Amino acid sequence: MREIWALARKDLRIEARSKVVATQIVPFAMVILVLFGLALDADSRTLRDLAPGLFWVATLFASVLAIQRSIAVETISSTFEALRLSGAPAWKLFAGKALAVAIQLLAIEAVLGLGIVVLYRSSFQDPVLIVTAAVAATIAIASAGSLYGVLAVGMGVRDTILPMLLLPIMMPVLVAATRAFGDGLGTAALNGWTWTGLLGLLAVVYATAGALAYAVVIEDT
Amino acid sequence: MDHAVDVHDAVVLLDRFPALAGLSLKLRAGTVTLVQGPNGAGKTTLLRMLAGLAPLERGRATVLGYDVATEPRLVRASVGLLSPQTMLYDDLTIAENLSFWATLAGHDDVDLMAALERVSMAPFADQQVVTLSTGQRRRAAIAVVAIRRPRLWLLDEPHAGLDQAGRDVVDGLIEDAIAAGATVVVASHELDRVRPLATHVATVAGGIVHRFETVNAGASGA
Repeated sequence: MREIWALARKDLRIEARSKVVATQIVPFAMVILVLFGLALDADSRTLRDLAPGLFWVATLFASVLAIQRSIAVETISSTFEALRLSGAPAWKLFAGKALAVAIQLLAIEAVLGLGIVVLYRSSFQDPVLIVTAAVAATIAIASAGSLYGVLAVGMGVRDTILPMLLLPIMMPVLVAATRAFGDGLGTAALNGWTWTGLLGLLAVVYATAGALAYAVVIEDT
Repeated sequence: MDHAVDVHDAVVLLDRFPALAGLSLKLRAGTVTLVQGPNGAGKTTLLRMLAGLAPLERGRATVLGYDVATEPRLVRASVGLLSPQTMLYDDLTIAENLSFWATLAGHDDVDLMAALERVSMAPFADQQVVTLSTGQRRRAAIAVVAIRRPRLWLLDEPHAGLDQAGRDVVDGLIEDAIAAGATVVVASHELDRVRPLATHVATVAGGIVHRFETVNAGASGA
């Protein structure tokens, strides 16, 4: 676990110094919420009903930027090669990078949560369900993103290909997280825990696939 | 283990160009080998292959008894590669960089300040890498290699970008490494600087070793 935490702490420390997430990605995500509100030209009731989906679309777009930043931290200094040279198992490198992305995404989601309360007048009817669904979805996004981010580096077109790779496989997460939030925010008569269970399964699948595949994809960086 | 490095008929392709074209080389443990040759001869690729970073297309290579093709992680954990890129995080301090790489290498117990003092960088320990000069970054990168306590040092132009004092530090570290029983391979164009330290010289051209000579066997007791 030492290596995993060291890697995550390193990325979080770099973010604390560079403030890319705080000054660029969070405002970008908030702008998406505002733009949706303006584009839909909807009353507060409609926006409240659409809030779960808009929240997760904004989160997914922000996650692409957060993952690109996580990868850029390594490519700027050619440290992917140093990570390979470290001798640490690839799955630990994957877990460390994914953990840092997940923590940053949770922070972004917390701000977006406040955003939908303020902008869309949403209310958290079932906070436990919302937090559980958010954690499971975040693990799934961070896991798939950390794997596909490195894969994109290996393809040599990292900045443009990542959304094309990542967003399609995020569709199940988007659907399940939106349904779970629909229940948690009281905007849809659904069993949110069933959808949260699906999110948990997706998190396990993406995290396991990432841990297993990282050793292969990191060789091409 | 007779040889720290045993390479036979190694072919490494960069894209489709054979950067190593059937290179063979055997290096005894505890020796210092200067790898010399013109630009594009394959020196850097040889070091990267020995570090388990450049895959073999053909041939075989063992480093410290580990097969680079089938046991790359064990190879990587045992070698220290100083490459032209410093591989330091600009937003971290030197001490944070060293601490991070020491933890990843499983050397939590390393004395970071002693490592920095060895390269005369202790006063800059809490300074972010982005604020350092090229030579200072190079010294910090050398400290990162040293804290890994590698059994095989792979140094690619280690004196580049360093002032006289920095060059002396590099020479001292090579001598320390040999005294600790490690093996050192230095790819360099600064022949006058490295030759006095070397026990062997491998002349590389066109991706193969053209000549291998013993120049100063007494330097390491080899």
